[in-house]
Amino acid sequence: MITKTVYIYRAFERFWHWTQALLIMFLALTGFEIHGSIEFFGFEAAVTYHNVAAYALIILIVFAIFWHLTTGEWRQYIPSLTHVRTYMNYYVFGIFRDEPHPTRKSVLSKLNPLQKLTYFGLKVLIIPGMLISGLFYIFYRYPQKHGIEALNIESLEIIAIIHTAGAFLLLAFLIVHLYLMTTGETVFSNLRAMLTGYEQLHEEEEDQGINIQVISEADEEEKA
Amino acid sequence: MKRIAGILTIVALTVLVAYTMFAPRSAPPSHMTELRARMKQKPPPTVDHALFPQLQGPFERPQDVAGTCISCHNHRHTEVMQSNHWNWEREEYIVGRGVVYIGKKNAMNNFCIGAMGNEQSCAKCHIGFGMDDEGFSYTDATNIDCLICHDQTDTYAKASEAGGAPEPSLDLGIIARSVGRPDRDNCGVCHFYGGGGNNVKHGDLDEAMFATTRDVDVHMGADGMDMTCIDCHVTENHNIAGKLYSLSSMNRNRATCEPCHTELPHEDEILNEHTLKVACQTCHIPVYAKVNATKTHWNWSTAGKLEDGQPYHVEDENGNHTYLSIKGSFTWGTNLEPEYQWFNGTASHYLLGDTVPAGSDLIVLNELHGSYADEDSKIIPVKVHRAVQPFDPGTRMLIMPRLYAEAVGDSAFWKDFDWVKAAEAGMGHAGLPFSGDYEFIKTEMNWPVNHMVATKENTVQCTECHTREDGRLAKLTDFYLPGRDYSPLVENGGVALLLLSFLGVLIHAGVRIGASRRRKNGGAR
Repeated sequence: MITKTVYIYRAFERFWHWTQALLIMFLALTGFEIHGSIEFFGFEAAVTYHNVAAYALIILIVFAIFWHLTTGEWRQYIPSLTHVRTYMNYYVFGIFRDEPHPTRKSVLSKLNPLQKLTYFGLKVLIIPGMLISGLFYIFYRYPQKHGIEALNIESLEIIAIIHTAGAFLLLAFLIVHLYLMTTGETVFSNLRAMLTGYEQLHEEEEDQGINIQVISEADEEEKA
Repeated sequence: MKRIAGILTIVALTVLVAYTMFAPRSAPPSHMTELRARMKQKPPPTVDHALFPQLQGPFERPQDVAGTCISCHNHRHTEVMQSNHWNWEREEYIVGRGVVYIGKKNAMNNFCIGAMGNEQSCAKCHIGFGMDDEGFSYTDATNIDCLICHDQTDTYAKASEAGGAPEPSLDLGIIARSVGRPDRDNCGVCHFYGGGGNNVKHGDLDEAMFATTRDVDVHMGADGMDMTCIDCHVTENHNIAGKLYSLSSMNRNRATCEPCHTELPHEDEILNEHTLKVACQTCHIPVYAKVNATKTHWNWSTAGKLEDGQPYHVEDENGNHTYLSIKGSFTWGTNLEPEYQWFNGTASHYLLGDTVPAGSDLIVLNELHGSYADEDSKIIPVKVHRAVQPFDPGTRMLIMPRLYAEAVGDSAFWKDFDWVKAAEAGMGHAGLPFSGDYEFIKTEMNWPVNHMVATKENTVQCTECHTREDGRLAKLTDFYLPGRDYSPLVENGGVALLLLSFLGVLIHAGVRIGASRRRKNGGAR
């Protein structure tokens, strides 16, 4: 099989990915301390750190949105149900038989169908949900202080529960994400790509993204 | 494109760094320095009363002193006679009850139960003379005891069971020539001894505060601002700010922290936010009864036991009475953690003659109103005094027994130890029925804790409330408290999700590794 080194993750993308990863893990640590699940920094410090990290994450997200819009990279996340089943079959059966990924990773199509679905949900539901509930959490009593009665919130309960539920989902994502990182071409190829930006990808004349046919043919040729 | 990404990266980094450096900046400096300077200035006296010929004495009767005061301060007595210190009652409005007059005249407590019928003895803490159970002249201005509040020799004292008269041995002239602004001794001589002994009632007003340190009370400590009562209980025309909800019902004329400390006193915004729902005292008074013990339980049902026909008492190792034949058994406590309640500044009271619905086995004598949902409510610290006291199951009224009399045979419980006689006499005196039957019922009284403010370093810490188990606010469950509360569904679902994810990953990885090994072995074959 012919491969070539491709510059797949650009500098900002990598910076965004790792900063966001650190911030989310830090937010989980401080957040679950505020929640009463763990003790680490001390409650007061945890609250302060959590708020600072939250603002940092918001700024990062603003830049990331700008980057995605200006580069057109947002299109990577448009979900589609095609090949979802194929991919689920791959993770349940194919991967154990050392079959290649059903779709090809390329600069124009970095995400497989399951990733697209997951990241789309993450970006459209979970992250905005966390952001909005988090901002309410910070500001929920300030409206009263500044006299905007319409924004006054009776109770923190629903906000806090939404925020906690989102945190659990993000943590579950993190666990699975960290594992799936090892399911690339080799165990460390995905990690290396996200660190350096370069990855060994299958060479193709044109980036077609999804090309199951080609792969299975190639497979048969190899076996033969 | 690479360049744009690079530029963006640098910009983002700069913003992040700048934010973390400058964001947690503190609010404008507090005005504590200014406050301290203001409190250091003790107003100098404007006159020297020692030089007035009118005050050279000698004074035969305490009433002669009052008359002399009024001869110059010829309007002050009208102010005093409008005060509740004089009238022992206030006009109050209670929701659901209407306008009532509440005071020591008709309120019941769960210490010595009430003043009615026991005036001769209770008048030791009335700012007047000549009070006995036959009544009292609330219109005679010469009965005003000016000296109890204005004496600056610290020698003036009222005699026991004398209707409010001073000790006969005192030279009233010396005391009259010393008068000045009331200091802690003037207030403390009554208010530290409420309930018949030091710190018995309040728990946060203790004779140790005549001369104390910042550790006991940050305001009154001689090593600090050494503030007097009236520095906070600001007084204009003998109307003193602040009252306690053992006897008052309305949200008015309260002595609060805000006039000095503002509504947003902290540098930290999140702490300032707390002030919307949490009273200052809640965090700043972590414990009360710091020096001497206060009573926490009073059981009247054991009273009346005699040894060889004589009343007796039992003391604990600290000299606190744990049993008195005349009063029953007590529990005391020091360094107590307050209980916490929502409070919007209004309270309702059990008043003499109120009937209790059948089936209730606990009477809260002064219920503090409030809840999380009520915008005006804040969490306050409270000393809850619990008691077991005489109750008439026939009329379903608390019994106001006659406790004090000068001699045996006058139906007073403290002399005759007979509940039926004491109840008959006491209720009869109040013009109320008594069925002839008595039992004992549990009662509670709420004493908001406002004094013994701790130093900044000793305030309540976050996790004393923001904690899963046994926090200070564990009993206040009508709101969501971060760190304490959670949705069991989200919590259990979340943990299950994490476990399943982890398990799923482990199994998947296990099968992958297994399959890969098999393939390798197969390949080698």
